[in-house]
Amino acid sequence: MAIAVVAFVVLRAAVVPRSFGQYGHYRGDAIAEIAARPVAFAGHDTCEACHTDVVEQKKQGKHVVVPCEACHGAQAKHADDPASVKPAKLDTAVVCARCHEANSAKPKDFPQVATADHSGGLACDTCHQPHRPKIETAAETKRAKEGKK
Amino acid sequence: MDITRRRLLILLPAAAVAWKYVQAGTPEAAPNYKMTEHWWAMLMDIPKCIGCGSCVRACAEENDVPEGYYRTWIERYHVDDWKIERPEVESPNGGKQGFPPNEIGGKNFFVPKLCNHCAESPCTQVCPVGATFVTPDGVVLVDKSYCLGCRYCVQACPYGCRFINPKTNTAEKCTLCYHRITKGLTTACCEVCPTGARQLADLKNPKDPIHEFLRTHTVQVLKPHMATGAKVFYNGMDGSVR
Repeated sequence: MAIAVVAFVVLRAAVVPRSFGQYGHYRGDAIAEIAARPVAFAGHDTCEACHTDVVEQKKQGKHVVVPCEACHGAQAKHADDPASVKPAKLDTAVVCARCHEANSAKPKDFPQVATADHSGGLACDTCHQPHRPKIETAAETKRAKEGKK
Repeated sequence: MDITRRRLLILLPAAAVAWKYVQAGTPEAAPNYKMTEHWWAMLMDIPKCIGCGSCVRACAEENDVPEGYYRTWIERYHVDDWKIERPEVESPNGGKQGFPPNEIGGKNFFVPKLCNHCAESPCTQVCPVGATFVTPDGVVLVDKSYCLGCRYCVQACPYGCRFINPKTNTAEKCTLCYHRITKGLTTACCEVCPTGARQLADLKNPKDPIHEFLRTHTVQVLKPHMATGAKVFYNGMDGSVR
């Protein structure tokens, strides 16, 4: 009997992963393995560290709350190697419509347009500046350039 | 002390258990991230969700989710005035490309969904091999190298948040971007949400704005009657949401 118990303990030690039971009934090393994956989205703090001019522009409009990668997509590779990995130019007719195409399920106070009627297929950046989308009067643009709201 | 057969049988299992912990080494080996200092959750502010699908696309890209499968998805609810018990729910392609216009009456709104990272998760309880588990910081994860692909957890999840990855034949689900939150970043879905409808929250951090939000708003979790300890909190959720 004792031999059988010892054999069980030895065999168990051989086949069960070393970290099994470290935190519970699972392989503890799995946590570190999952945490070690690389990231694809750099995060807006990383973008804003270099693109300070865009941050200033965004501050003057409603898009100040929109994170960079919501429109520009995953940019961790660009952040790692800005010289050789360049973000793709966006098609504003597609990107803007993802949020602003009219839909009855969207919050009523969210700016929405039926793009076919609103722009007739024109790219949105024909009229709007995406980082500061409100179409401004000449006086507003002048104030914005001077750094005032 | 004489070692009798009875004493030996009592001592050996105890020694085996002790040996297991000796072998496992010291917990908390990661230098900058202490699991015991966090308890992760998420806040969904339904009145802010515009159904743009940014979260679904970001999740797929960040986590290499196969086409046609979703770790997070968006549902569009349509509730007629007199049909609150029978809402019409649709989620074309998980809401990944947004939703086609539907200018119809009644109540219409979007509900983003993902794993609820339950504190008492049914999915981890049914795993026969310990391949899925709740981490000390409250995230439900899957150990791909240990998963048999038996699908018990897929059936056990009351929220339909798990699937079998056709490439690996193992169970897969939202990791709450564990590889990001342990590096001090937010999840990919929260990172790209243009309206702030999704917010990652750390319930153990007294300075996290979630505490103020929970105090001042009426929030719910999905299927509270199942007592799963779900940690995805929904603000402004309609009673028709399942």
